[in-house]
Amino acid sequence: MPCNSNPATLGAYLDNELPPDQMAALRQHVPTCAQCAAEVVELAMMQRSLRPARERFTPTPEFRRKIQQQVAARPRRSLSWSFALVPALAVLVIMLLAGVGWVAYSHRADAFSEAADLHIDALASANPVDVVSTDRHTVKPWYQGRIPFSFNLPELQNTGYTLIGGRLVYYHQQPGAQLLVGLRQHKISVLIFQETPELARAFAGPTSVEHRNSFSIDTWTSQDLRFVIIGDAEPAAITKLAQLLKQANS
Amino acid sequence: MDPEFFELLAMPLFDQLYNFSHWLTGDRSDAEDLVQETYAKALKNFELFQEGTNLRAWMYRILRNTFLSSRTSLAAQKTDALDDDTEIASNAPTPESALLQLENSQAVIDALATLPVGYREMILLIDIEELSYKDAAQVLNVPIGTVMSRLSRARNLLRQALTAKPPERASNAV
Repeated sequence: MPCNSNPATLGAYLDNELPPDQMAALRQHVPTCAQCAAEVVELAMMQRSLRPARERFTPTPEFRRKIQQQVAARPRRSLSWSFALVPALAVLVIMLLAGVGWVAYSHRADAFSEAADLHIDALASANPVDVVSTDRHTVKPWYQGRIPFSFNLPELQNTGYTLIGGRLVYYHQQPGAQLLVGLRQHKISVLIFQETPELARAFAGPTSVEHRNSFSIDTWTSQDLRFVIIGDAEPAAITKLAQLLKQANS
Repeated sequence: MDPEFFELLAMPLFDQLYNFSHWLTGDRSDAEDLVQETYAKALKNFELFQEGTNLRAWMYRILRNTFLSSRTSLAAQKTDALDDDTEIASNAPTPESALLQLENSQAVIDALATLPVGYREMILLIDIEELSYKDAAQVLNVPIGTVMSRLSRARNLLRQALTAKPPERASNAV
């Protein structure tokens, strides 16, 4: 009896792609039908022979790398790039900060050493002061016409400080006042200049008494004036004098 | 889907896609171009790929569509007209010599290379790449019934090619 099974159905039977009821029916039928059995066997043989075609063509390693690079997860790559940049950026920032810090520090160091020079110069001079007076009402008027600004001097009586006198000094081509104040055997210079951006840069830094080369130094600005106190007295004494001057000029 | 996962999911398909591509184009250089374009398109559209669906079928489909619009394919298609509707002639008993040919892997593979591309891809997808009919239907954008009939026709043509031609014949036809 000729079998009229559709070859496509037999192929789908071989591929296990038929609904369960058809699969079951053919499982019964194929072994008993020579024609269908031959067809299924031939298809199976052909399928087995085709198997090597699966690895017939293989990509070259170069091409694989090319595609690998092409599809390398982009967000991850950009992320890893930015992560890689973090240490580099950090180093750059640290270097910049260090550079800026060093420049500021060196400016400040230069400024302090200039202030120290003025102080030492005054102490070493045979005439340390141009105006010799313990009276602030004498010293302050002396500066009128000599410097382009005026300042106030605190009352130093009963403070332990004594005003020795003052002289005219130049700092960065700017005329200013240098007052010499005594505290016991110590001599302290009070330098007063008009504040300029240059001075602000030169003295930029923490506002606390610094100890350099056995000198204590304090600096601040008040009413557009730059005050620098420098002397060999202990820092507390410098701070106290600074307070007096600040009160007088606030 | 997040493009971050593309490499992870798509690279394991690389060898299969390359093999399929080389079978379709018949040339290493064309195959590489096709695979490269496929990966580029897939990556670009990966956000449109729906999680839970078949990435393999999706990639094969991109590759095939890219191939269909390529020069290589247009030349091949001119001579191909797929006949999905004609009922395949009832199979006559295969002579003994042809049965031997069916077991000769080299002969079968050579014969495959001579099939028109529309039938060759059916054998490639189902018998070589082992896609399910459902996935093949998705790749080809045809109903499953069409996959079944076209596959059957392709297998029949392959068998005819084997029995009609001597096994030693070197085939480089695409």
